[in-house]
Amino acid sequence: MIKKNKRYFLIFVLPTLAAFIMAFVWPFFQGIYLSFCKFVTISKAEFVGFDNYIAAFQDETFMSAFWFTVAFVIVTVVFINVIAFAIGYVLTMGIRGSNIFRTTFFMPNLIGGIVLGYIWQLIFNGVLLTYGKTIVSDATFGFWGLVILVCWQQIGYMMIIYIAGFQGIPADLYEAARIDGASKPQLLKNITIPMMAPSITICSFLTLTNSFKLFDQNLALTNGLPGVVQASGTTVYTTQMLALNIYNTFYQNANTRGVGQAKAVIFFVIVVAIALLQLYFTRKREVQQ
Amino acid sequence: MKKLSKIVAFGMAGCMMASAFAGCSGGNQPASDAEGSKTDAKGGKVYYLNFKPEQDEKWQNLAKAYTEETGVKVEVVTAAEGTYEQTLTSEMDKKDAPTLFQVNGPVGLANWKDYCYNLADSDLYKQVKSDDFVLKEDGEVYGVAYVIETYGIIYNKTLLDKYFASDFATVKSAAEINSFDKLKTVATEIQANKDALGVDGAFTSAGMDASSDWRFKTHLANMPIYYEYKDKGISSTEAIEGKYLDNYKQIWDLYIDNATCDKTALASKTGTDAETEFKTGKAVFYQNGTWAYDACKYNGETGEGLKDEELGMLPIYIGVEGEKNQGLCTGSENYWCINKNASEEDIQATLDFVSWCVTSDKGTTALADDMGFVIPFQKAKAASNPLVAIADQYVSEGKTSVSWNFSSIPSETWKNGVGTALTQYAAGTGSWDSVVTAFVDGWKTEYAAAHQ
Repeated sequence: MIKKNKRYFLIFVLPTLAAFIMAFVWPFFQGIYLSFCKFVTISKAEFVGFDNYIAAFQDETFMSAFWFTVAFVIVTVVFINVIAFAIGYVLTMGIRGSNIFRTTFFMPNLIGGIVLGYIWQLIFNGVLLTYGKTIVSDATFGFWGLVILVCWQQIGYMMIIYIAGFQGIPADLYEAARIDGASKPQLLKNITIPMMAPSITICSFLTLTNSFKLFDQNLALTNGLPGVVQASGTTVYTTQMLALNIYNTFYQNANTRGVGQAKAVIFFVIVVAIALLQLYFTRKREVQQ
Repeated sequence: MKKLSKIVAFGMAGCMMASAFAGCSGGNQPASDAEGSKTDAKGGKVYYLNFKPEQDEKWQNLAKAYTEETGVKVEVVTAAEGTYEQTLTSEMDKKDAPTLFQVNGPVGLANWKDYCYNLADSDLYKQVKSDDFVLKEDGEVYGVAYVIETYGIIYNKTLLDKYFASDFATVKSAAEINSFDKLKTVATEIQANKDALGVDGAFTSAGMDASSDWRFKTHLANMPIYYEYKDKGISSTEAIEGKYLDNYKQIWDLYIDNATCDKTALASKTGTDAETEFKTGKAVFYQNGTWAYDACKYNGETGEGLKDEELGMLPIYIGVEGEKNQGLCTGSENYWCINKNASEEDIQATLDFVSWCVTSDKGTTALADDMGFVIPFQKAKAASNPLVAIADQYVSEGKTSVSWNFSSIPSETWKNGVGTALTQYAAGTGSWDSVVTAFVDGWKTEYAAAHQ
């Protein structure tokens, strides 16, 4: 029976595999190839070697976007995970109306990034205008505005994963610990957190990559503004994240499409490297039940 | 209950199947709504990627009329505002790429030259009134302008007359406003007495949201560029000097200090905000062009908007010597190009379509009356747009039109740099020096980047 099933394996997997190759593997390799080309439309690309990569590294806007993104990622990963963990913890304590709270916290995640960006832009501007400012008058506003937006959107999602984790911890562990005389903080530190390590791994991975790749919210909320004009005449957009920087580079002029593509490849390598490192370190903390 | 969910499940499955099949067939068959129309024996078709969102509906109607008359299928797709380049880039890669598309001038052409069909022998080129309206390089005609537009400072005549009649007015008629100083006097006096006049400000909000910032980072920026080019007798440059940037500052200050809103709030003001302020009589002046007529004209249903005789237009005076002879800003940034990679039948169909648009009675009427365009072709009809009539009047009075030199701006990035610097200057978080740097040094950097 099992053998027979194996024979059909390819047939069943084929549609998905074909879709995966067409929509992911093929464009991925074509993208890498294009990063070495000069092109206007991708069907007419001309090979130019490493020129695009050189231009990408010399671009001051790229470096600024990189550091802004790194700061943003660090702040959001910490905020989202700590708050989502706390909410998940409270909502598994058995308080009344837990389900309503869970649903409510999860809801922001169902709204698209662009819409959220514009909604929050209205909210922030509504508040800031009373002080004669807007969200784009200062990079600090833009930064924290983005942090608030992304936290609001993603905490609910991460909370669900944490709740699943909390519910998976066997009650007998707590019972045994309590009999041994463990206090509440000790329970949290010595049982809950180690047992939650797999959830923490998943959530920190998701928040890290989500924050790194953030685009829609960035585009809709600030679109990179305010810009600071450099001595060279180039304008560096102080709240522009990497993805938006790549997008803007791509459409700058006929020479920059390849540069945008090269930046995208560099971006990919960075995200993969950081995500793998993070996985390695959080995995080490996981315990077997 | 169980039965119901089964029905729902089957229904859903059915929907999915249907949509999957629809998806498959959509690519190579004409959509079902075309069934009624005749199909052309030659099989050529037209796919027009339109640049102007405000005219989308009218193009759709014109395309339908053409299909009814000739049986040739014309598809018109309009890119969302500010995303034309993006849409064009992705559409041009498709098998059914646009056969007719637009570039905004010499700079836009640089990107797409390899895709442009030589129009030198086309009827369209023969119809055009002068070579001033074509993009020509080495004897090859790559693009032909299909609309000539004019911008300036549109004003509300009723409100301005109310000001002229007031005792605080030192300027007594619109004809007297022929320099920056006069304009400034009028604007500041209106602003100082806005309550008496029942307005919120002299100028509409100079919104720097993406829906409105082009009025200043592109159209207003044309003024200093125009005068510098004029001094030097050139039509493009790799490095701008910024000789008239003080004038640019003057006019920008005037706009933001005498507006309906506080200048710190400009970053979030949109194009619709300014339009609404103007058509509801909350502001007297509104910098925009002939294309704004449709949005501002009197609407009998809502009672909003301005009647034709209430609309006036002034040149944008920036305080340059001899500007009393300056007219409105007239030019084009809409050039038709035909995709040379399209099939021969499609190219022919497209050539026929554009030539029909500018020669046939139906085509020229639609362009002139429905879209309000002034078209630079021999069989053009006079546009019904009153703003166009005002523009013509300036020309017949012997005023020198300001040409659209912003089409020589090296890139969108340059415009964005200037725009963001202007916003910050207005908000008080940036200095005017940043605007100058973005304008002058940014030009050099961007020009070099585009001409590697």
